[in-house]
Amino acid sequence: MSQTTEYTPKTDVGRIANFVNQRTGAAAAVKEFGRKIFPDHWSFMFGEVALYSFIILLLSGTFLTFFFDPSMAETHYDGSYVPLRGIEMSVAYSSSLDISFDVRGGLFMRQVHHWAALLFVAGMSVHMLRVFFTGAFRRPRELNWVVGGVLLILGMAAGFTGYSLPDDLLSGNGLRIIDGVIKAIPVVGTYISFFLFGGEFPGTAIIGRLYVLHILLVPAIILLMVVLHLMMVVIHKHTQYPGPGRTEDNVVGFPVGPVYAAKAGGFFFVVFGAIAAIAALFQINPIWNYGPYDPSPVSAGTQPDWYIGWVDGALRLMPGVLGDFSFERNVAFPWGHNTFVFNVLLPALGPALFLLGLLFAWPWIERWITKDNREHHILDRPRNAPFRTAVGAAGVVFYCTMWAAASSDLIATHFHVSLNDVTYWLRTIFIIGPFIAFWITRRLCLSLQRKDRETVLHGREAGVIMMSPEGGYSEKHEQLNEYKRWRLVSFDTPQYIPAQPDEDGKITKKEKRRAKWSKFFLEDRVAPVTPAELAAAHDHHEVEGGDHKSLGH
Amino acid sequence: MGDERHGDPKHSGAVDPVGQGDVNQFTNPGLPPHPPRITDTNPQAEKRAERQVMVLFIISVIGTVLFFFGYFGVGHTGIEIGTKLRLQNTLIGLGTAFAMLGIGLGIIHWAKALMPDHETAESRHEIAPESQRAEAQEIIEQVLEESGMKRRKVLRNTLLGAAAIAPLPAIFMFRDLDRSQLGAHAMVDRLRHTMWSEGVRLVRDPSGLPIKASDVQLGSAFHVIPEGLNELHEGKLNEKAKAVVLLMRLPKDKMTVSPGRETWNVDGIVAYSKICTHVGCPVALYEQQTHHLLCPCHQSTFDLTQECKVIFGPAGHALPQLPIKMDDEGYLVAQSDFQEPVGPSYWERG
Ligand code: HEM
Ligand code: FES
Repeated sequence: MSQTTEYTPKTDVGRIANFVNQRTGAAAAVKEFGRKIFPDHWSFMFGEVALYSFIILLLSGTFLTFFFDPSMAETHYDGSYVPLRGIEMSVAYSSSLDISFDVRGGLFMRQVHHWAALLFVAGMSVHMLRVFFTGAFRRPRELNWVVGGVLLILGMAAGFTGYSLPDDLLSGNGLRIIDGVIKAIPVVGTYISFFLFGGEFPGTAIIGRLYVLHILLVPAIILLMVVLHLMMVVIHKHTQYPGPGRTEDNVVGFPVGPVYAAKAGGFFFVVFGAIAAIAALFQINPIWNYGPYDPSPVSAGTQPDWYIGWVDGALRLMPGVLGDFSFERNVAFPWGHNTFVFNVLLPALGPALFLLGLLFAWPWIERWITKDNREHHILDRPRNAPFRTAVGAAGVVFYCTMWAAASSDLIATHFHVSLNDVTYWLRTIFIIGPFIAFWITRRLCLSLQRKDRETVLHGREAGVIMMSPEGGYSEKHEQLNEYKRWRLVSFDTPQYIPAQPDEDGKITKKEKRRAKWSKFFLEDRVAPVTPAELAAAHDHHEVEGGDHKSLGH
Repeated sequence: MGDERHGDPKHSGAVDPVGQGDVNQFTNPGLPPHPPRITDTNPQAEKRAERQVMVLFIISVIGTVLFFFGYFGVGHTGIEIGTKLRLQNTLIGLGTAFAMLGIGLGIIHWAKALMPDHETAESRHEIAPESQRAEAQEIIEQVLEESGMKRRKVLRNTLLGAAAIAPLPAIFMFRDLDRSQLGAHAMVDRLRHTMWSEGVRLVRDPSGLPIKASDVQLGSAFHVIPEGLNELHEGKLNEKAKAVVLLMRLPKDKMTVSPGRETWNVDGIVAYSKICTHVGCPVALYEQQTHHLLCPCHQSTFDLTQECKVIFGPAGHALPQLPIKMDDEGYLVAQSDFQEPVGPSYWERG
């Protein structure tokens, strides 16, 4: 070190930068990240929306902790909101009222926090759909997909624990439902309920306990997961959509400094601004209208936050008794009778385990079926993976049916139909809807692919009708230039692979099963146009140049 | 096994990125030519974009000022919540929104219109180079070797055993999450008991006024709590969560009464637990014409004429009935506690 002459900066900023670099070696990080390339596409913004909403949640939530008091001790309200004055309530509820009415900007912060929470989970969900439908979860990104799935679950957990804190009528009712669901768990459910609530429902412990989960444990784990998630994005480098100049070996986009950083950084302020505007104009969770928690009253037509809806809806779809058969089964054991509460257990756990299990396992399922273990850095256009897109659509319909069921009463009153009929319909859709969605979506993808082929082979319809000297009409077709064509031909769509013998020359049962799935998923396939096909199509046009039969494609 | 990992059992397993040439014969034309933006070619357009960005930043400043106007200008609302609070929330909120959107949109416009917009390519690197893997494996083997984990099996196994049971205390520490200090059986048994017992008056929720049989008319429903509940100091909500009852009168000819329950009603006046047997919401809605009770949470419907049997929805069993009678002064009282646990079902319910 002493050998070389030390660099002496000229400006003040330079001096500070140099000081920091000499102590931390920060120059290496600047060198690594300063001009790193990020691809740009509107669909890459959903993850950012989630990330920025999370930051806003941390900021607004911290503000709220300075005023919120998670105690369930009894108090008599004496704040500014006259209708509730003198009413007996918990300190938690009273302090939430104080935040709303007696802390300037407190109501705004509550609304920012709640709207940001809705946006956080929404951002993650749409981001996840984007990742799924474009196949961004494929090797080497499977683990990041899993981390993302964990984030989604944590997001719902954070939301639910937060929703329960103000101890108003609705949040207490939500907890009551959770208590009922927990009690349905065989063997340990009753104990878990007692342990969670510190005794019988509602007790005086739950809010304090949820508070610790909500402001410490869950956000800390989310933060950890977000860091892991983003680290992996850096390690893998971002995926990119297919396009001219983009290959599996490069990343095409903008350098972090300045363009990407400016756009992403600016976008943070846009998300913040949008949430602020919504919080300024649209009321959310007006707890003062609901009153303190009381196990006796409840208001009809109340809704949980949107991301809990699907679980609530599943609870509604399940019939408790069919004729004389009750799904609540009392079973005689040598030590006495015990109860299996299938009418709660099945809907509360079944769809969630099924959907989340499939979600976590999908990268491996797809790899097993397609035998594709290559690295993918170029995204699929959803139509070019019809089987995956169809599975995704089936999942979306499955989820949305449960979600709609959570509003079955509102649907019934809005459309003036009987509630029972709405439920019967939704039960039907719940079961057959996903299959229909799968079938339609696959057909749709395949026809879009065929349309792409047509466009490549015969050009784009230019919207100009020409009349030939013989009096026939034809539409003028514009051939694609090579850049546009590349977008439509540069994909790779998996093929049906029949059962393969293993090293010993045997075809295992598992392999046969794989082949069945492979056939089911991949047999219908539209291949990309090859140059030979294109050349043939062109010849055809030239040879039969004046032929008007070309009208009919 | 190998076949799923590598696609081909004989293959080395080296990473095989999707190729360009093997799927189709078209060659990648490379990045398309880059047309300049008008801000690149026209100095006036560039100046205009610069002005637009500046205006956006100034809008942000105005937003911040608006915030302070809302915060201090409106001040504490006191009890004039109606209009003032809404005004303050709107001003503070829109102020913040403009402050943030101004900065955000300004920066983005700056980036889009004035910063270079050439897309460039960077090559990807192998995520797990083979040389590194080999070195890492050597290191791990060396660490294992030096630690003696492999040779000293006894040490390893006793350590594993110790480590396996050491966390048990940490789990059992959570036993007192239930603060009752009751044994497991007594703890669960609490779910079978409510405040109701022989002679406890049925009183109105929340006023606490007792109810005479003559007060209960056809078609009306009373929300009922046990007398003494309002005066409880501790555990009031816990007791209420189990004890709330709905009281209604049925025309006698509409009632089916099962054997053993003949004396549970007073002249067609019946009392049923208000806690839904599904997952515990209050069954709050009474349809007079049909004599159905409806739970607003998941629409379980109970038929009062059939002893609150479930006729629709996810609940698994009927609402428990509270046996009632009339006391000497003509007030309704309980004959006993419920004969079965109220509320959602659970494992030990049996
Ligand atoms: C706290 C929640 C989340 C945050 C903050 C977040 C943030 C991000 C960001 C900023 C990116 C890079 C840009 C992009 O493609 O959007 C990314 C990539 C990714 N995310 Fe998330 N995400 C979250 C949740 C999820 C979820 C729920 C999933 C799926 C289950 C997921 C799976 C992925 C994957 C596989 C990538 C790599 C995709 C690629 O390179 O194209 N993330 N995430
Ligand atoms: S709690 Fe009554 S229907 Fe679910």
